[in-house]
Amino acid sequence: MTGERITRDDVEHVARLARLALTDDEVALFSEQLSVILEHAARVSALPTEGVPPSTHPLPLRNVLRPDQVGPTLDRGEVLAQAPEAEDDRIRVPRIFGEEQ
Amino acid sequence: MSVEPVIGLEVHAELATATKLFCGCPNEFGAEANTNVCPVCLGLPGSLPVLNEKVVEYALRVGEAMHFTVPEESIFARKNYFYPDMPKDFQISQYEDPICVDGYLDVDGARIGVERAHIEEDTGKTTHVGGGGRIHDARHSLIDYNRAGVPLLEIVSRPDIRSAEQARGYAEQLRAVLTAIGVSDVKMEEGSMRIDANVSVRPEGSSELGTKVEVKNMNSLRSLTRAIDFEIQRQSDAWERGERIVQETRHWDEDDGRTHGMRSKEEAFDYRYFPEPDLVPVSPDAGMRDAVREAMPELPAARHRRLVEDWGITDHDAQVLVGNPALADYAERAVAALEGGSARDVVNWSTGDVLAHLNETGLSAEVLPLAPDGLAELVGLVADGTLSRNLAQDVLAEALTDGKRPERIVADRSLAQVSDEGELVTVLDALITENPDEVSRYREGDDKTRKKLRGFFMGQAMKATKGQGNPQLLNRLLDERLEARGEG
Amino acid sequence: MSAGGVEALASEVRSGARSGREVVEESLGAIEDRNPDLAAFLRVMADEARAAADRVDAMVRAGDDPGPLAGVPVALKDNFCTRGVPTTCGSKILDGWRPPYSATVVRRLVDAGAVIVGKTNLDEFAMGSSTENSAFGATHNPHDPARVPGGSSGGSAAAVGADLVPLSFGSDTGGSIRQPASFCGVVGVKPTYGLVSRYGLVAFASSLDQIGPFGRSVRDAAVGLEVVAGHDPADSTSIHGDAPAVTPRLDEGVEGLRVGLVRELTGVDGLQPEVAQATSSAATALEAAGAIVDEVSVPSAAEALSAYYLLAPAEASSNLARFDGVRYGLRVDGDDVESMMAATRAAGFGAEVKRRIMLGTYALSAGYYDAYYGTAQRVRTLVIRDFDDVYRDHDVLLSPTSPTTAFALGERVDDPLAMYLSDVCTVPSNLSGHPAMNVPFGTDAAGLPIGVQVLAPALGEPVMFRVARAIELAALEGVSS
Ligand SMILES: [Mg+2]
Ligand SMILES: [Zn+2]
Repeated sequence: MTGERITRDDVEHVARLARLALTDDEVALFSEQLSVILEHAARVSALPTEGVPPSTHPLPLRNVLRPDQVGPTLDRGEVLAQAPEAEDDRIRVPRIFGEEQ
Repeated sequence: MSVEPVIGLEVHAELATATKLFCGCPNEFGAEANTNVCPVCLGLPGSLPVLNEKVVEYALRVGEAMHFTVPEESIFARKNYFYPDMPKDFQISQYEDPICVDGYLDVDGARIGVERAHIEEDTGKTTHVGGGGRIHDARHSLIDYNRAGVPLLEIVSRPDIRSAEQARGYAEQLRAVLTAIGVSDVKMEEGSMRIDANVSVRPEGSSELGTKVEVKNMNSLRSLTRAIDFEIQRQSDAWERGERIVQETRHWDEDDGRTHGMRSKEEAFDYRYFPEPDLVPVSPDAGMRDAVREAMPELPAARHRRLVEDWGITDHDAQVLVGNPALADYAERAVAALEGGSARDVVNWSTGDVLAHLNETGLSAEVLPLAPDGLAELVGLVADGTLSRNLAQDVLAEALTDGKRPERIVADRSLAQVSDEGELVTVLDALITENPDEVSRYREGDDKTRKKLRGFFMGQAMKATKGQGNPQLLNRLLDERLEARGEG
Repeated sequence: MSAGGVEALASEVRSGARSGREVVEESLGAIEDRNPDLAAFLRVMADEARAAADRVDAMVRAGDDPGPLAGVPVALKDNFCTRGVPTTCGSKILDGWRPPYSATVVRRLVDAGAVIVGKTNLDEFAMGSSTENSAFGATHNPHDPARVPGGSSGGSAAAVGADLVPLSFGSDTGGSIRQPASFCGVVGVKPTYGLVSRYGLVAFASSLDQIGPFGRSVRDAAVGLEVVAGHDPADSTSIHGDAPAVTPRLDEGVEGLRVGLVRELTGVDGLQPEVAQATSSAATALEAAGAIVDEVSVPSAAEALSAYYLLAPAEASSNLARFDGVRYGLRVDGDDVESMMAATRAAGFGAEVKRRIMLGTYALSAGYYDAYYGTAQRVRTLVIRDFDDVYRDHDVLLSPTSPTTAFALGERVDDPLAMYLSDVCTVPSNLSGHPAMNVPFGTDAAGLPIGVQVLAPALGEPVMFRVARAIELAALEGVSS
């Protein structure tokens, strides 16, 4: 993975996944910068990590659970007041293409 | 060469907890839009999830009931994709390390493997406005986040199912299990149980898997069967024509009875799963597992066996009861309260008039106005001859609706069967005297005539007793009078 | 504000010797004077602060105890949710957002009698090392306005450094408290991961983020930490049980403590000679105070930065997905929901945030996960193991906090990698979840503050603060100059 160049296509693909509308200049800049940063980041593969388990977390906690008890809810007015657009007590968005999961 | 269908089902069951998966908001169906929300289930910046212990308990119950292995450790993961009804734009789910793996369900003698069951959160509910409510034609959409964060258990079968009928059997059996162990309401109509089917076909005898198509949007068991049947036919036809089957997601359309391919998206899904850093692993210890085992209710298969053995009822009746656990509970309580009559009588009424009433009203047996010992009372009234079956049916109809006790109804409507011999003799003697022609025609007639006239006398007698004459007794007394030639 | 520090100030207010109102006016006055030049605060909560101070005074008059921070003016980094008060994270994307809830830390501070005077500037979503990535303009270093205050908690560091407040709080994901503390010449603490609740802190990288205090002295920082530390059931990663007490043993000295000077971090590329010199002077001072000092190796520490720049952006790319124009903040219209989201995020996020979202999305995407994210997580294990090894026979470790003193505004904005390299000494403790803190120790030739970093094992705050206190004493005695 070292020395891998991040192409404009890669950048455009990732930008689509990340829902970022990039300008052409940004695409060019990011393909340059991401290449440099990833080259540095690729140093992780220099370490002897074979057989080493991954750590997702600095803490060895297990089974942190809460009781199934009802707690306070937010005021709907306060929630809807924060939304860019609301209608009929719901949050309004432009039409949706693409499927639900 | 003929083809064989290969089917696997993915079932999302909403867990019937008091609160959501990661927050204290009520988990209830039908609340006013956007009222059951808090910073956590709205995914507000800075909010953090905390796992509901009941969800773990319920998942472990499913683990017990469906013979799953529960690994030492299960881990939550983020499934990343953008969708406006998903407040964080990722779903907290389980990916590589689900809570239950490698179980099975026996369905009518066949063992269907179940690959995994994992915990995940539900999304909000989107309403598409304009364009007849269809997603692609809508002008805009409205979102209610009440359902966002409701706990789901996704149960994924192996591709062991071979027909639409068997898929239905699996779904019914799964529903019976989830209901019996009290973890879900499993109502497809309310969306608390959602089923997707993976369907493929392959040459008979082959062990390879064909290209699978995911069928979605079935909201009843009937549409599940229809959708799978349609899809099998569509794929078989394609296969016979030598056409390639495309891997895709297809939506079932209830109205035209077909599946339709979704608009294909440019980009392939790339969910970028990674371990959820805001939650810690779940490692069910011996204490948690023992507690679940001890609290396990009886499973449908065991209950079926017990009812057949203890009550001497048919397999079919047992199946009807087990398929409706609330009704089975109702019948069991009625049997326990019996003072006359048998368990079979209770079952006959339960699977007959009571079930018909439940279906008609949409009620569950738990909330019937008539308590189970009321049904026991009715069975006793029939057994001791107070009510004929016909009368009992009327009485039950009233009792089921307003909860009035059968004995009370009998008393209020003076419905008790007339079994007093003296009273019936008076009625019959009067009839004989008033209808001399019919009496002689009976005595001289052939079998056909006699049968007809006998009916006439019984009808008149019932009329005279307002339908309350004990039929067996009336029959005997009428016989004695009509056959008593010497007295003529 | 009070020469005696936070405890003396609070006790004056509790005893009624000074009113909270008088204290808060002094702080608001200082902010009014200096904030226009420093831009440390994004929002001054003057009315709310006066009302809070009046409540504290009313309690005192009623004979009630307002708590250990009675009347103490406190500044908060603007990525802490404050109910009803705009919380921007230094980003345009949260335009107009008023959180309907407050962070646990905010509630604990208010319950302890603190008076929140405002929200401080930061690199957008805490991504940066200079506070130049704020959508609302850069903060200036109180010691030299042409230089950065460090970042990302630059506003909170500058507010204490300029004496606008005696206590402030920030968040530290890769050094974002310690590095600006070092640049601004104040004490800054990143506690053990899980010691302080993250509930209500707008997440950057969840497994690395930790809230901590800035103070002008080691003791002030300790007092601040004790108020906010402790279990919170709203944060699943919060440590159970009581938080370790720090202040009672603060002045016990370092006699017999074993201190390791981390070779990999004292020999990093681009280390300013004066910083290297200060670190070794601090070690000498500790030795003189009775500690046993030697050089130790944490072999993976050098690669920690590489792992960090895969892990943190990956988590960030997911944490920042929710800023999509649907439920709050900015929305830029689009024909359909997907283009609305993409346009909103393009307009709402600045360059550095976009860069990290891109980097993180790439590192997690199909085909790269194992090579990047997976390997980085294994390196994380190695870092934890290496630290565990050295802590077997060392109580604390020592290193520079930042390879250099404060750099000039604009100097590194166009070179992301150079900017990232300024976190090289601080990042390892975030990966391991261990506590670490900055203690000011002298100045360079330009008169800019130098910082020394004290590192300790998990929940090793009591000993870490004792060592920091010893270094602070040495600095006061002029050992650092
Ligand atoms: Mg799912
Ligand atoms: Zn909620």
